Amino acid sequence: MSTAVQQTPPAAPETKGGTASSAWRGRLEEALLPPIVAIVLALVIGDLLILSFGQSPGAVYKLLLEGTWGNAYGFGQVLYKTTTLAFTGLAVALALRAGLFNIGAEGQLAAGGFLAAALGLMLPAGTPGVLAVPLCIVAAAVGGGAVGAVPGALKARFGAHEVIVTIMLNFITLALLNWIIAAHLHVPETLHTPDIHAGAVPRLGGAFTGSAANWTILLSLAAAGAVWWYLFRTRRGYELRAVGLQPDAAEYAGVRVGGVWLRAMAVSGALAGLGGVNFVLGYKHYYEDGFAGGAGFLGIAVALVGRNDPVGVILAALFFATLSQGGLAINAVVPKQMVEVLQGVVILAVAVAVPEVRRLLRLQPRRG
Amino acid sequence: MAGIEKSFGPVRANRGASLDVGAGEIHALVGENGAGKSTLMRILSGMFTPDAGTVEVFGRDVTGWTTAQAIDAGVGMVHQHFMLVPTLSVAENVVLGTEPRRRLVLDRDKAFRDVEELTRRTGLMVDPRRRVSELSVGEAQRVEILKALLRGARVLVLDEPTAVLSPPEVQELWGVLRGLRNNGATVVLITHRLDEVMDISDNITVMRAGATVDRIRTSATTPNDIARAMVGREVALAAEADVYRPGRTETGAAPALEVRDLVVAAPGRPRAVDGVSFDIRPGEILGIAGVEGNGQTELIEAIAGLAPAASGSIRLAGADVTGTGVRERGDAGLSHIPEDRHRRGLLLDYSIADNLVLGQQHRFQKGLALDRERIARNADEQVRAYDVRPPDPALPARALSGGNQQKVVVAREMMRDFRVLLAAQPTRGVDVGAVELIHDRLRQARDAGKAILLVSAELNEVLALADRVAVMYGGRFVTVMPRSEASEEVLGPYMTGAQREAA
Repeated sequence: MSTAVQQTPPAAPETKGGTASSAWRGRLEEALLPPIVAIVLALVIGDLLILSFGQSPGAVYKLLLEGTWGNAYGFGQVLYKTTTLAFTGLAVALALRAGLFNIGAEGQLAAGGFLAAALGLMLPAGTPGVLAVPLCIVAAAVGGGAVGAVPGALKARFGAHEVIVTIMLNFITLALLNWIIAAHLHVPETLHTPDIHAGAVPRLGGAFTGSAANWTILLSLAAAGAVWWYLFRTRRGYELRAVGLQPDAAEYAGVRVGGVWLRAMAVSGALAGLGGVNFVLGYKHYYEDGFAGGAGFLGIAVALVGRNDPVGVILAALFFATLSQGGLAINAVVPKQMVEVLQGVVILAVAVAVPEVRRLLRLQPRRG
Repeated sequence: MAGIEKSFGPVRANRGASLDVGAGEIHALVGENGAGKSTLMRILSGMFTPDAGTVEVFGRDVTGWTTAQAIDAGVGMVHQHFMLVPTLSVAENVVLGTEPRRRLVLDRDKAFRDVEELTRRTGLMVDPRRRVSELSVGEAQRVEILKALLRGARVLVLDEPTAVLSPPEVQELWGVLRGLRNNGATVVLITHRLDEVMDISDNITVMRAGATVDRIRTSATTPNDIARAMVGREVALAAEADVYRPGRTETGAAPALEVRDLVVAAPGRPRAVDGVSFDIRPGEILGIAGVEGNGQTELIEAIAGLAPAASGSIRLAGADVTGTGVRERGDAGLSHIPEDRHRRGLLLDYSIADNLVLGQQHRFQKGLALDRERIARNADEQVRAYDVRPPDPALPARALSGGNQQKVVVAREMMRDFRVLLAAQPTRGVDVGAVELIHDRLRQARDAGKAILLVSAELNEVLALADRVAVMYGGRFVTVMPRSEASEEVLGPYMTGAQREAA
């Protein structure tokens, strides 16, 4: 500026330590704090519960670990449960990144599983796997995506709140599928369809033989990678996160917010729907009423504990799957519902305790 | 307050700051944005606990007290953003939290009587029965001050109180503050407008980079001295160097922006913009003066494509863009510095680099993915060109001071290939040094043949930049005049609606 007389540059603001290292510390804290707080709190409450049943906490935890990570069958079951939870967790996380609360993963999961099974039944027996498996996977994504797109479209068009619509749509979807199965497709005396003719995915062999673990777990890992790439590397992901953080700023940036809502809900639904392949293609090879079994709702907890980060979601899915399988292992000594209580504790810990602990870490002693 | 230290993570907001305010004076606390003024005042009002240092009020050590204790001891804070319930009456807002009760029920009559009595005593005239949603900004501010006074405030802290007021309202506020002082109250005024400081304060404390650098008697100083203390170097002040320099408006050229009979609706105001028409030619700055809330925001949003036009038309470089979206208008040559960088202009959690492509993200694509390399290169260039501090493009925008945030916004909007620039409050809440830089860039753009629509609540800014000046009142242009005819005295009556002409 021509009018500035003395051009002595003002001192650069000094910061304690490098910004790079503090950014790293922040990221590490962000990633590690929730699981640590959650596990510590779950352990404390779990101890009290176990003691109240007159059992020794050490023995019960030993049993829980032996039944899950301690043998190949148990670990296979954990992996199987992880797969579905990873999909529903990714679904909820992706929607949350766009600022949307998808409580409809349960119905989307069921719809995905159903459409995969329906296609598997329509394909002629003997269709080669290289063709049938991808087709059935796409069908699962389409089934879940269609159910997910409805609340997205209603919100974009009429401003209908996605929480209400997704909850209600769960009942509608599950009841509709129930009716289709009961009226048209079930094997007599059961609540499931006949076996699919094509599209089955083999189980993990070797030591895992006998457990439900199957190769669709690779699909869940690939989905996590794809979600990460989409969210953090693509233009669409940039815009989606912008909508989630500051819709007004996204609008300013030329993003059609309604369009992002619709797309995010459709993709979220598709991810939840993909979870259906684990049961239908990888495990039972048929659709059964109620196979989702709450995995869609648990996906909310998985996303929450995983901090809406694809890697975090995979780890959180593993954690919740371990708890869930562990519940069966300790059922002999304490009621397996104890595990459900622990899941609740973990969710509360992440929602309430983690911000509190973070505040305490920042807080310096009140007077020097 | 002495030796105050306060850090937020790696940022040291206060480093050994001190403040010494005598009883019964009006004390101005000045400093650039991010100098630590607000932090210091939040420590005084009990919202923050200092890491070190002591706070004494009326001779009592109160370091680390709570907000409730501060209020009890007579320290009242009037925030920049009003904290009022719009659906309640003035009296109800004033007594909120300390309601007079008859058993369990609010004693409404007593509330009205108390507040009426208080307005008479202090000269803060507002009708206690009116609803807050019906008040003007100046009146709402009076309600905030009344709130603090009703709670027995003897030390009143006002955070940038004039940002939302018209010149006559500012004068009224000064009258009120002087009256309070003469009745023994102490006033601390946070501001960065030096003309106000000279106008109203008895003493001045200057802060820079978290520390107190100077404490001066107002009668013994000049705006230049204060500015030098604030920035730490010589700067051009609006009063002397930042004067209007005419550009070369291409009078023969076709208008770059043509607005015809534009009507825009806002919630509760079907004609927030009520039939506005104007042209801006290449190389011309049209400045819109006026008290905030007279349709300027809606006008800008409608031209930007963020709000639909109820009727009328908008032509950009000859092409009708009335019904098109934000991105189409951007691609057609529109650039926009929005008035609220925290709501629209920046994604506070995104990095500086990512913010520097906001709105142009589709031009930084490589296949489906964003071209990280180009975004990083662009960020390095812009951060250097606009002297963004700290110069680390990976930092989130949230970590920057207001002035540096605004530099990011301006840098981004200037790097577009644009013909028309909408500059809404381009230097709001920005420190003196950054104002200088932003004004320079706006003039450079004008001289490069861009058409600029400038909206500013600061009359000085409009007068320093605009080639033509329009005043907006009640959704209309009440006057448009060449810069040569405009002055504060001429424009003032139009701004308050006292005078109008068919425009």
